[in-house]
Amino acid sequence: MKRFDYIRPVSVDDAVAAFRPGAAYLGGGTNLLDLMKIGVIQPDTLIDLGRIAELGPIEMLPGGGARVGALVRNSDLAYDRAFAAAFPMVAEAILAGASGQLRNAATVGGNLMQKTRCAYFQDPHSACNRREPGSGCAARGGDNANLAVLGWSDACIATNPSDMCVPLAALGAVVEVQGPAGKRDIPIADFHQLPGDQPETETALQPGELVIAIRLPTEAADFARNARYLKVRERTSFAFALVSVAAALKLDGQKIIAARIALGAVAAKPWRVTAAEDLLVGQAPTEEAFARAADALLEGARASGDNGYKIELARRAVIRALQMSAAGTPKRMPALPASPFGDVAEEHSHV
Amino acid sequence: MSYSISLTVNGAQRRVQLDDPRVTLLDLLRERLDLTGTKKGCDRGQCGACTVLVDGRRINSCLALAVTLDGADISTIEGLADGDTLHPVQAAFIEHDGFQCGYCTPGQIMSAVGLISEGHAGDDPERVREGMSGNLCRCAAYHGITEAVVDATRRMAETTERKSA
Amino acid sequence: MSDPVTMPIRFGSNSGQSVTRRDGVAKVTGRATYAADNHPDGMLYAVFAPATIARGRVTHLDTAAAKAHPGVVEVFTPQNRPPVVGDPDKKPFMFAIPLELLQDDTVRYAMQPIALVIGETLEAATEGARLLNPQYAAETPRTGMDAEAAKPAPSGPFGRPAEVVHGDTAAGLAKAVETLDVTYDTPAQYHNAMEPHAIVAKWDGDRLEIDTPNQAIVLSRAFYAYYLGIPADHILIRSPYLGGGFGSKAVPYSPLVLTIAAARVLDRPLKLVLSRSQMFGPVGHRGATRQRLRIGIDDQAQMTALDHVATAIVDSFDSSFPEPAAGASQGLYAASALRSALMVVHNDIGVPGAMRAPGEASGSAALECAIDEMAEKAGIDPLEFRLKNYADIEPGTGKPYSSKALRECYAKGAQRFGWAGRPLAPRQMVDENGFLTGWGMGTALFGAPMFAAQARAVLRPDGTGLVETAAADMGQGAWTALAQIAADSLGLPLDKVEFRSGSSDLPDGGVAGGSGHTATAGGALHAAGTDAIRRLGELAAADPASPLFGTGNQGFIPRDGRLYAARDESRSEAYADIIARAGGEAIEGKGSASRPPEDAGRYAMYSHGAVFAEVKIDPVLFQMRVTRLVGAFAAGRIINPKLAESQLMGGMIWGISFALHEEARFDKRTGRIMNSDLAGYHIPVNADVRGLEVMTVHEDDPHVNPLGIKGVGEIGVTGTVGAIGNAIWHATGRRIRHFPIRIEDLLAQD
Ligand SMILES: Cc1cc2nc3c(=O)[nH]c(=O)nc-3n(C[C@H](O)[C@H](O)[C@H](O)COP(=O)(O)OP(=O)(O)OC[C@H]3O[C@@H](n4cnc5c(N)ncnc54)[C@H](O)[C@@H]3O)c2cc1C
Ligand code: SF4
Ligand code: FES
Ligand code: FES
Repeated sequence: MKRFDYIRPVSVDDAVAAFRPGAAYLGGGTNLLDLMKIGVIQPDTLIDLGRIAELGPIEMLPGGGARVGALVRNSDLAYDRAFAAAFPMVAEAILAGASGQLRNAATVGGNLMQKTRCAYFQDPHSACNRREPGSGCAARGGDNANLAVLGWSDACIATNPSDMCVPLAALGAVVEVQGPAGKRDIPIADFHQLPGDQPETETALQPGELVIAIRLPTEAADFARNARYLKVRERTSFAFALVSVAAALKLDGQKIIAARIALGAVAAKPWRVTAAEDLLVGQAPTEEAFARAADALLEGARASGDNGYKIELARRAVIRALQMSAAGTPKRMPALPASPFGDVAEEHSHV
Repeated sequence: MSYSISLTVNGAQRRVQLDDPRVTLLDLLRERLDLTGTKKGCDRGQCGACTVLVDGRRINSCLALAVTLDGADISTIEGLADGDTLHPVQAAFIEHDGFQCGYCTPGQIMSAVGLISEGHAGDDPERVREGMSGNLCRCAAYHGITEAVVDATRRMAETTERKSA
Repeated sequence: MSDPVTMPIRFGSNSGQSVTRRDGVAKVTGRATYAADNHPDGMLYAVFAPATIARGRVTHLDTAAAKAHPGVVEVFTPQNRPPVVGDPDKKPFMFAIPLELLQDDTVRYAMQPIALVIGETLEAATEGARLLNPQYAAETPRTGMDAEAAKPAPSGPFGRPAEVVHGDTAAGLAKAVETLDVTYDTPAQYHNAMEPHAIVAKWDGDRLEIDTPNQAIVLSRAFYAYYLGIPADHILIRSPYLGGGFGSKAVPYSPLVLTIAAARVLDRPLKLVLSRSQMFGPVGHRGATRQRLRIGIDDQAQMTALDHVATAIVDSFDSSFPEPAAGASQGLYAASALRSALMVVHNDIGVPGAMRAPGEASGSAALECAIDEMAEKAGIDPLEFRLKNYADIEPGTGKPYSSKALRECYAKGAQRFGWAGRPLAPRQMVDENGFLTGWGMGTALFGAPMFAAQARAVLRPDGTGLVETAAADMGQGAWTALAQIAADSLGLPLDKVEFRSGSSDLPDGGVAGGSGHTATAGGALHAAGTDAIRRLGELAAADPASPLFGTGNQGFIPRDGRLYAARDESRSEAYADIIARAGGEAIEGKGSASRPPEDAGRYAMYSHGAVFAEVKIDPVLFQMRVTRLVGAFAAGRIINPKLAESQLMGGMIWGISFALHEEARFDKRTGRIMNSDLAGYHIPVNADVRGLEVMTVHEDDPHVNPLGIKGVGEIGVTGTVGAIGNAIWHATGRRIRHFPIRIEDLLAQD
């Protein structure tokens, strides 16, 4: 790891003021420090956000929304009773990610900003346009079975690995940022960038800007009763998704009034297509209706390598997740959050 | 640049002078404070061998920079037993043979202590399995680990009940 | 024919008990010291720079940048390599592999050490290694099974024959009423013990002390002596605890030898610990295989032929360890003709080696699935099919088994699992939650080898015992089980016996491998203890003041620190009293163990088992979970059931790992492994394991060794992989003929 200077501001203003090119903001460090160790990111200054109290709180807003400070630890958010009751699929998604230890350290801001897990991005000896613009993309033609099937470009086929961001995208969260030019709001749909021919531009943040909070709008709480996260994985826990889905419904008896769906691990950003959601409005929650929505959500999906299977898997996962949300948010967090085996686990609780 | 931090490590106050901000909590414990009970299995948050409690919460010490922890209260495997009396989790690991080579064990035990105090798993084996999934064990002592954690959870709950009764 | 056991073996109360681990407290308190926990005064840190190509030459290393980094002390490259005496390209001993000690600038495989950086701190050395930023003249590497045409292997590992033929399999296949011809692929796997390879090396003149995890301390000492050009007895290796070995810690590897050599040049103690990614290259692995199995059956569903050809990927500069997968077909099923053959394909890859159940794991995976396929074709329950082809003598050789309680394993396992009533056809079972449910089984088989070991036992004047052998506890429980054996031989309770082990200045405890360590080191300890007791008895019998005076010819029973006359238990005396009167000198016994070649030739010796698996599979998403795994194993005498069960369970979970998770993923263009970390290289996590049950079936086996011990370290992997693969077929109706089986495989066939 390259040597760096370390500073620890106590206010956002000080943090922003301390920023200069080559510096990086440090949240929980579970992604940044990892990438520094393997030489992928080499900041010369670390600006530790850990003591900035104003980034700390979880506020439930009057009317039903919420504002979550960027420094809130992933596990604190997932286990916050009021928050998890209002946004259960966000809690479920967080608990389906990483491990208990990592979630205790990881922050909401860091989770939002975490980098792709593309193996070539993580290897400084491989060509990677995202890490080193213009160097090429070693993942094309390489080990790419878990890379993108939507929104990718010839320059980059990476996916965004975050679980938390998927329900946040479905619920239309807003990212509050502050930088040298002041504060602004960025809708989460605009926050993560598709690669195009500039995959190195990963988010809408300008240099020096930092995430100070995420806000869930009032209407996001309307889905609390029918909201699920589903994550398909190669082992039962502690694995990144092959595909994941956040699915939420607002039901009036047997009729869908509103729907929210987003896919994870299929593109460089959580994948949400409002037209797919609109197809469900006014429909009964049937498999056919869900399948139509799934097809619309996956329109234009295309293998970028040995990953064509993810398209069909995603289609099926969307249908399943919608079925799960139609069945209702479980009273208690499943023993295996977001797992296809999550809801049934408790019946056989012998060692 | 040199950084001076103060830590409480297993109850003892320590001032640490760091000549290098790159030192992780794990390497600080192992290479500079002579607390080698905490193990390194991956150095990247992927195995849980380095799990310690920081301010009562379990984290991967390999992904925490020591400089960021000024003022923190750190508990490691060395500080868990009360003299010769093992912590209930330690005792349960022996009784249920929750380890073989023992290399992942300090991390497993600290993770279990953290999990139990988080209070979300209770004595449901399935929740314990999920909650302990950040701790890999290549010897694959998982069966015994789950039994040990479930058992220790029950015993600790009984003790608390008895105390409060 | 005389019984090979000439002396009746007594067992006291220690063996057979589920004693908790004697090293338990040390391990749960963090006090157990693993190699990397050592920190001699003046120690520096060593970090090696790994090759990031698989084949070619290193053309440039930025040593200036590395040396300029604060805290970097030295950079070793081929230009200033630390000298060694032994030739790294040679193989001084069986088991040894050619080493890369910076002898030239060639890159033979990715992750090969190409420089060694020494720093005052770990941080400095690590960054120094990164700053070397190697440049290469890269060549196109050979990667994968199709890199070249397969050639017959010159020989199998350890000089075993590459091909074994009994009878005419072609004729057997020709006359079969039903045949099967299938090909199974298994991937490259890396041991990944949780403890990475590590060494702390400290020189004192031409004497060397090293702390390093090692499965064969005394053997390895000879290797190190060869490379360093010093007498073996100038080297002390300490290896009290290994953080897992699984076959990868039996021989010295390049980074370890290089570190010792560098420590000599610098005259400072050095510590080197491999990073996790460095575990994927220079320290062995299980080679990938492609296995073709052809089976024929007659109208009674009896096997007329079993032909198993395994092609293994090997490295291109040593090739001494082609994963001997086809061997798994020898010794198990009563086919009238048997052939197993080993072929090789060379890749630019690190040298493969023995990894938990070498050969048997991959071979049994393919064989047990093929057997299931054959049973399906025959329209017979797979257990019944196996029973129809049950071998009462070793097929091919016709040798009797030293013992074989496989029938009992089948029965006990099937009973416990509830196998009866399993529908023959696949995709018949759906559980209450809609999951496809499948049941599969596999037979487990592993040889029962013995190596050679020595031991020493001392009866101290206070009547307590001390026993010594340089054994290795890599988690299997040697600290406990071997002490139990020793205590029995000395007729002492366990807490009255001190056991010294894990250090190369003790008598050679042999190799902890091949599941033969308890039998071998235990045998030596038992012989040493018996020898000490014999001497004690001689003293007592010759001492007119002893109640045992004159009873020498009847023999003695040692029990709880007293010696009893064998035919008159009213006559006895405490050890301490006997010794005190004899002058108070401790009494020493010596012992050794190895298998007499006559016995080795006379019997076929294996551990056996039966594994039954239940999998549940999401019918739409195809995510899988093994929900029950029941194993019944017959492995001779079990010294400590608790520890044996733990090992068997561990092996079975390795089976889950093999079936569903583990795989090194190579970039075909560069020959580099793209998932060389524990986030990408999946092994099971806790949540992957539930419903695990292990049973043992006792065998009295007088032939394997005097103690009747076979071994349980590896057999759990075998059988399990096939059981899971077969259960997946049973749940879904799909045969996936490669491992690991993935969601996408099942989806593709949906
Ligand atoms: C082994 C392993 C498994 C994992 N598995 C999963 C998984 O299954 N699912 C999943 O979703 N995630 C997973 N993760 C990723 C984990 O969620 C992220 O590492 C974590 O959320 C990052 O948060 P952090 O606070 O530690 O971020 P840091 O590491 O501190 O920062 C990450 C990035 O964000 C920047 N940053 C941090 N805070 C801010 C801010 N407020 N404003 C602007 N920039 C900021 C940093 O500069 C850095 O570039 C896994 C990680 C590991 C190591
Ligand atoms: S897919 Fe993107 S991140 Fe991966 S190597 Fe290509 S450019 Fe880099
Ligand atoms: S060493 Fe920290 S998680 Fe592996
Ligand atoms: S006990 Fe060996 S890795 Fe867990």
